[in-house]
Amino acid sequence: MTHVLDPDALAGGEPTVGGPAGTPPDPFADVTRSDAAFRAFLHGLPGVDAVGAQQRTAVLGTRSIKTTAKAWAIDTAISMVDLTTLEGSDTPGKVRSLAAKARRPDPEDPSCPTVAAVCVYGDLADVAKEALAGTGIKVAAVATAFPSGRASRAVKLADVRDAVANGADEIDMVIDRGAFLAGRYLDVFEEIVAVKEACGPAHLKVILETGELVTLDNARRASWLAMLAGGDFIKTSTGKISPAATLPVCLVMLEAVRDFRAATGRQVGVKPAGGIKTTKDAVKHLVLINETVGSDWLSPDWFRLGASSLLNDLLLQRQKLRTGHYSGPDHVSVD
Amino acid sequence: MTSLFEYAPALESRSIVDLRPSYGLFVDGEFTEGTGTPLKTLNPATEEVLSEVATASDADVDRAVRAARRAFVKTWGPMRPADRGKYLFRIARLLQERAREFAVLETLDNGKPIRESRDVDVPLAAAHFFYHAGWADKLEHAGLGSAPRPLGVAGQVIPWNFPLMMLAWKIAPALATGNTVVLKPAETTPLTALLFAEVCQQADLPPGVVNIVTGAGETGRAVISHPDVDKVAFTGSTEVGRSIARTVAGTHKRLTLELGGKAANIVFDDAPVDQAVEGIVRGIFFNQGHVCCAGSRLLVQESVHDEVVAALQRRIGTLRVGDPLDKNTDLGAINSAPQLERIRELVDAGDAEGAHRWQPDGDLPARGYWFKPTVFTGVSSAHRIARDEVFGPVLSVLTFRTPDEAVAKANNSTYGLSAGVWSEKGSRILSITSKLRAGVVWANTFNEFDPTSPFGGYKQSGYGREGGRQGLAAYLQEDNR
Amino acid sequence: MSDRLTVRKTYKLYLGGAFPRSESGRTYEVTDSRGHFLANAAWASRKDARDAVVAARAAFAKWSAATAYNRGQVLYRVAEVMEGRAAQFAEEVAAGEGLSGSKARAEVDAAIDRWVWYAGWTDKLAAVLGSSNPVAGPYFGFSMPEPTGVVAVLAPQRSSLLGLVSVLAPVLAGGNTAVVVSSKGRPLPAITLGEVLATSDVPGGVVNLLTGDAAEIGPWLAEHADVDAIDLAGTSGPLAMELERSAAGTVKRVLRAPAEEPDWGGDPGLSRLRPFLETKSVWHPIGL
Repeated sequence: MTHVLDPDALAGGEPTVGGPAGTPPDPFADVTRSDAAFRAFLHGLPGVDAVGAQQRTAVLGTRSIKTTAKAWAIDTAISMVDLTTLEGSDTPGKVRSLAAKARRPDPEDPSCPTVAAVCVYGDLADVAKEALAGTGIKVAAVATAFPSGRASRAVKLADVRDAVANGADEIDMVIDRGAFLAGRYLDVFEEIVAVKEACGPAHLKVILETGELVTLDNARRASWLAMLAGGDFIKTSTGKISPAATLPVCLVMLEAVRDFRAATGRQVGVKPAGGIKTTKDAVKHLVLINETVGSDWLSPDWFRLGASSLLNDLLLQRQKLRTGHYSGPDHVSVD
Repeated sequence: MTSLFEYAPALESRSIVDLRPSYGLFVDGEFTEGTGTPLKTLNPATEEVLSEVATASDADVDRAVRAARRAFVKTWGPMRPADRGKYLFRIARLLQERAREFAVLETLDNGKPIRESRDVDVPLAAAHFFYHAGWADKLEHAGLGSAPRPLGVAGQVIPWNFPLMMLAWKIAPALATGNTVVLKPAETTPLTALLFAEVCQQADLPPGVVNIVTGAGETGRAVISHPDVDKVAFTGSTEVGRSIARTVAGTHKRLTLELGGKAANIVFDDAPVDQAVEGIVRGIFFNQGHVCCAGSRLLVQESVHDEVVAALQRRIGTLRVGDPLDKNTDLGAINSAPQLERIRELVDAGDAEGAHRWQPDGDLPARGYWFKPTVFTGVSSAHRIARDEVFGPVLSVLTFRTPDEAVAKANNSTYGLSAGVWSEKGSRILSITSKLRAGVVWANTFNEFDPTSPFGGYKQSGYGREGGRQGLAAYLQEDNR
Repeated sequence: MSDRLTVRKTYKLYLGGAFPRSESGRTYEVTDSRGHFLANAAWASRKDARDAVVAARAAFAKWSAATAYNRGQVLYRVAEVMEGRAAQFAEEVAAGEGLSGSKARAEVDAAIDRWVWYAGWTDKLAAVLGSSNPVAGPYFGFSMPEPTGVVAVLAPQRSSLLGLVSVLAPVLAGGNTAVVVSSKGRPLPAITLGEVLATSDVPGGVVNLLTGDAAEIGPWLAEHADVDAIDLAGTSGPLAMELERSAAGTVKRVLRAPAEEPDWGGDPGLSRLRPFLETKSVWHPIGL
């Protein structure tokens, strides 16, 4: 067996709480003093060479995770899932069914961990809240005119307050990609700050929608912008735009939270969402965390997988490991 | 809840390889006994003896050269070029088909990680044959006249760091251009060359076109000094290269040499830092640093020195070292005891001369030949570790303040094989690359190889190129008819 | 000889990776060189041609962006798969062209070797046709060949397989995608070739094979605004001139038909590659 030369290499300081809402933490307190200053800061971040990032994730994608490591990875991945339904056709019944699945992913095996959260539209948060009462599973609600984010700020903030009032523990907001691409970074920043405030006690995940930002340079800048504005998590995608979560994007975001913690002491979580459908995809993400930021992020407190169909594939693989033979789609529940 | 993600062992099975207790030479299409004293070849990761391999004596080498001459005169030389190409296509396909077997055998014999032999060495070897297969009937487009002619019998001596890939770099262009070959693999890594001989048989390659003679330095000397060899191609150390050039001097033989290096990897303050760190790691730790073009001198702009070195050390800490057959291994074994000795000696010199040595914590396997990834900071151009080729996982970090200083330091070497430049500014990259005295310059990447891209050195890194249109010149006589 | 009754093949079009009938529902009778019935071939319409151009355009981005190495491997794979069906091709060529068995087999062999020849060109074109340009200024300049785009190929009328491969393979080797109109009288090898292409890693839409009449479909392709180049190999006389005039409307690259259909056995050199390649010159400053 091979071993890592220095298991502590990626460990950093203890996470601490950031500064007062609306002000970037030290040493970046002054970068938002003007649009020009903010732009200079974000464009002064080191560039990302896309070919190199792709190559790095491709090599990590060849990691061979077997037997005990695979069992650990599958259970860890299940515990990180934000089990999601975000359809216009969602109903209370659908949400209750999803909640039941979240509580007991594998009805035949009580040792299977529960998922981290159930992610729904804000108007159904109360249904999820009730169905998950007493389980410790969080209710996440998308808000801020998800998925496009095209509404006035007043409407977006009302959307957030409504979802929180409706029982959401976590808010998944979208940034204003139009403003970001037009270079109005301060607008994007201030909106996140306002949403964070509206969240109250709820945790804020900031969706960058990297598929619309296109470049990895933009993904890095948007990550920093969202962290400076106080986001608790940065999240790749709404799941409505392709490409959604890609490994190079996730790599860049992990590098950003790593560097941000090193500079400020504040740890921010990462959530890839959309397009993660197989156990193999999920394990690749865990490997990416493990070798980019280390074990500090290997927990549902700091890493989530936004997905719906992924959970069943994880369960099938879990059954395969337990029984030694391949399972089939009729051996997991359809929701 | 956080916990460690420990990767369970993921060993590539060695059952795919059918190791024989002893191997002979491959001469005139058949495996034959050698008349020299046989050598043992080891697995450097365990010191286990893998097999006994024949040593070719002068007489054996003579037999091989005669077979190559006969094939050149009777079959390979007169053959339709398109048919020569078809044989090479067959070989390329056979290498692809038996890729896993070659990868496992290469890793056993050489000590390199299976990930590299599987994803780099073997696919590139196959690609090299595929590329040159296409040239066989297009040589009038090579820029060497309308009817370029082959030279005859090529004597080729290759090193142990990329045994199969170096074989491909030598044999593919020689055959595509109509020459026949006597090739001597390195004494510590002969096995994939002998498996390649089986591929030649499966391809129905006419006898004598490819001959493999195993042995140590004496056998190599016999190959390059044989009077009926028309072309000598050598990859290895500069010291041996010089002696070959002396031996060949005054004869009719044509010579190409691909020798040592001490490449500068230049990182400017506007580099894409995360990718630069990856490139530095790949530049020096790929193949345990047993790479002639390894980026063994990191030249980093003083303003980002601390940041880059810290990121580099953090990244090196994540390297996985150990069993080369484990699919998750990043760093395998040092190829031989003498090479390990050489690395130790130079690292000791680095300590003695006052450079600051850093190595990650952690243990190395008890058996076999191993060396930890090593970074020397505070290195000056006068130190031996900044001038001598270590050929191991040892990086020397130097600093510069201006682009001119970077170029001056990069070129301050008797070698000139390769170099790297990291910057987000295109015009700067092109300016620096135009001033570097090196045969291969990578910008924002490192250690990339492709059969279409000529490879070879300036200065005492050798002469001649391998790969690309330019590489064909080493095996052709320009002619217009 | 067995008295088993054979199962006959339905010859359809090869379009976007599938084998549809003509949207027009038309077929025409194909006979051997002595006039005996061989098959009813699909008689492609202008709408089939239109669909073929859409398929070829859709396939262009990926095929042209594939590495030259990958394209070479794919074309070599075509030769491998064709080799396995050589007997079938030889039968069709012998029947259609009235050749002896051995002569037909020689045509097939040459056609297979032609794929191998062009497979070897994909990763050498840039080195042979490209250049580094020593411009008189502080600039790094280089020129490289790039595929033109969608090429309409009116295949030779006489040589139904070797001729067809000789005009199609170079279009693909350069990274273009193709809409081919087969020999009218001898269309069967074209469809069998389609079956080979469909099973040898050539992505759907890269080659689209229409059987029918170049005189009917050719003008639509020559005028089509989304076709970048046209090879007139299978036309002659007034039709060829008419098509070249039509092509001028959208400034298509035109490869003229030779005065007489050549013996396709000779070394083609670069003559059929160059016409379907653009040259792109790039300038970049050199400075600190």
